[in-house]
Amino acid sequence: MFKKLAVSAVAAVMLATGAFAAGEGGHVENIDFSFDGPFGTFDQNQLQRGLQIYTEICSACHGLEYVPLRTLGDEGGPDLPEDQVRAYSELYEVFDAELDDFRVASPNDHFPASNLENAPDLSLMAKARAGFHGPYGLGINQLMNGIGGAEYIASLLHGYTGEEKEEAGTVLYENKTFPGGWIAMAPPLYGDDVEFADGHATDLHHLAEDVSAFLMWTAEPKLVARKQAGFVGVVFLTILSVLLYLTNKRIWAPVKARYKGK
Amino acid sequence: MSGIPHDHYEPKAAWEKGLAKRLPIVGLMYDTLMIPTPKNLNWMWIWGIVLTFCLALQIVTGIVLAMHYTPHVDNAFASIEHIMRNVNGGAMLRYLHMNGASLFFVAVYAHIFRGLYYGSYKAPREITWIIGMLIYLLMMGTAFMGYVLPWGQMSFWGATVITGLFGAVPFVGEALQTWLLGGPAVDNATLNRFFSLHYLLPFVIAGLVILHIWAFHTTGNNNPTGVDVRRTSKEEAEKDTLPFWPYFVIKDLFALAVILVVFFAVVGFMPNYLGHPDNYIEANALATPAHIVPEWYFLPFYAILRAFDGDVWVVIIASTLTGGIIDAKFFGVLAMFGAIVVMALVPWLDTSSVRSGRYRPMFKWWFWLFVVNFFVLMWVGARPAEGIYPYIALIGSAYWFAYFLVILPLLGVIEKPDAQPETIEEDFAAHVTGDDAGSTPSAQPAE
Repeated sequence: MFKKLAVSAVAAVMLATGAFAAGEGGHVENIDFSFDGPFGTFDQNQLQRGLQIYTEICSACHGLEYVPLRTLGDEGGPDLPEDQVRAYSELYEVFDAELDDFRVASPNDHFPASNLENAPDLSLMAKARAGFHGPYGLGINQLMNGIGGAEYIASLLHGYTGEEKEEAGTVLYENKTFPGGWIAMAPPLYGDDVEFADGHATDLHHLAEDVSAFLMWTAEPKLVARKQAGFVGVVFLTILSVLLYLTNKRIWAPVKARYKGK
Repeated sequence: MSGIPHDHYEPKAAWEKGLAKRLPIVGLMYDTLMIPTPKNLNWMWIWGIVLTFCLALQIVTGIVLAMHYTPHVDNAFASIEHIMRNVNGGAMLRYLHMNGASLFFVAVYAHIFRGLYYGSYKAPREITWIIGMLIYLLMMGTAFMGYVLPWGQMSFWGATVITGLFGAVPFVGEALQTWLLGGPAVDNATLNRFFSLHYLLPFVIAGLVILHIWAFHTTGNNNPTGVDVRRTSKEEAEKDTLPFWPYFVIKDLFALAVILVVFFAVVGFMPNYLGHPDNYIEANALATPAHIVPEWYFLPFYAILRAFDGDVWVVIIASTLTGGIIDAKFFGVLAMFGAIVVMALVPWLDTSSVRSGRYRPMFKWWFWLFVVNFFVLMWVGARPAEGIYPYIALIGSAYWFAYFLVILPLLGVIEKPDAQPETIEEDFAAHVTGDDAGSTPSAQPAE
């Protein structure tokens, strides 16, 4: 009974989750990010490069309204020094309800919201999109390769085919990743769009991965702490399990011994 | 408290006697903890502890989360992000609560299947079973309303679809739906009442859990043989049983610790695996998600709900007979709730006098098919209702009802059960000495 149910339970986990957002034909490439796997952490340099790409390109239209600017200084994240966080915050203006006017942002403010109405906020984008949930909706791919939100964003950013069409006055761009195949966002990155102080590669694939990693951080800023807590939990509970197993064996031994001799 | 003869608490010191006269709480705790428990319980009898733990976990994490959550359509989604980013330990608390719901349902399904296999619902434990089914219903309601609180796209559209079911009730449906929602559509009033009820119902569940435990402490536990504990004397009862403490408490805690290893791995390493990405998009009444899918634990019933469309002959007959009052939509709703009702009525539908499935050679096959069918329904519930999937859902739903309404009543008549052991002690001794003659491979406790 127990064994069969255990097998069934494993099957249940596989079967469990629903049809996923990556639409029909949506091609999501699997990318090895530094934060993959139980021990993966954010690459601080990559997050800082991603922040630069976001600032110079994405932020023209998109916002990060749920992300407090001060968290740029958080450990496990971009980990900017305090003065840099302050200096970075001052790039933005925010509306202050008390002043009833705009003022320069401070680290306690959030990133501004999107400038364009149809440009979605990017704070949680890396958790609001997913990779391939197959095969047959079984979720095995995601179990092996992760949920795939960052992969989705990176794939989308370099998934443009170059085809365009106009529909009801809107120009749509063909994209291999976007569900339905046509997206309203013009290709934001072409390669060499930014220049990094450390001279890191600026080809399209690297830029797409860097900004995707940054957006994974904005969506899940406590990722590193969460994995550490999970690891500590697993280790201590394993020790507790062993101790309880031995205790249980010891307690039952005399009861069982009574029957073993017979 | 129990019908099984055993020692009771005897107050000794003067203050103990004084307290016992005024409030016999120590005696109650003693009797509860020292309850005689069949020696031969296997590892499927650990889910009760897991469920108790889940309820406590959900209440504790939930109360803290409620301190930081704002039940208003303009702020709910942002307040969740506030918890995830600014509250100390908030991300962990929220992921524990989120995945705690999944652990709760894994455990409750294992617990229910255990009961179905070993005939735990049969006399004299029908009331335990009925209370259990009520707890299960309340759990589903609580989980559903809790899922609405983050106010993501799946929250909103899930709430819209599920409350829409009540709109399918003939004549009063629309009024009923409006009354439930507090308005014509899912909105702030809905979010507020769901928050209020999501906070209330766990305590109702806790009350029912006490009744559930009281009921089976009165009848005594079932066990893998289904054979009753000998109760003519204390000496005989002690051959079949051991006190709950420490024998079963330690055993259950060991099982709980192992399960929590897996639970913490999920919470720590893949907390969003069982969730839906769309729920990280704030609710938008103007944009319907491509697929509206409930949480995994509702999927079998969601499949049953969707299985009965207007092309199914039973639906056509029902619709014709009632002059269209029972249309396809209402039929689906009836089927979904009916699926739980027939399960609740299983004590009276199962005609076999043998409790444990271990000694029922035909029942075993049908039971395992029922388990497989449950997972097939779960899988098909997440698939789009197109192509071959509706047929699979229909076959699965038909089997669900056939199992309770046809197979179980018939099996009791036509099945020839295997020989059962005389006593629980005999089964336990056979297991300890490794002599499993008379018990089947599928029923071996994995001790």
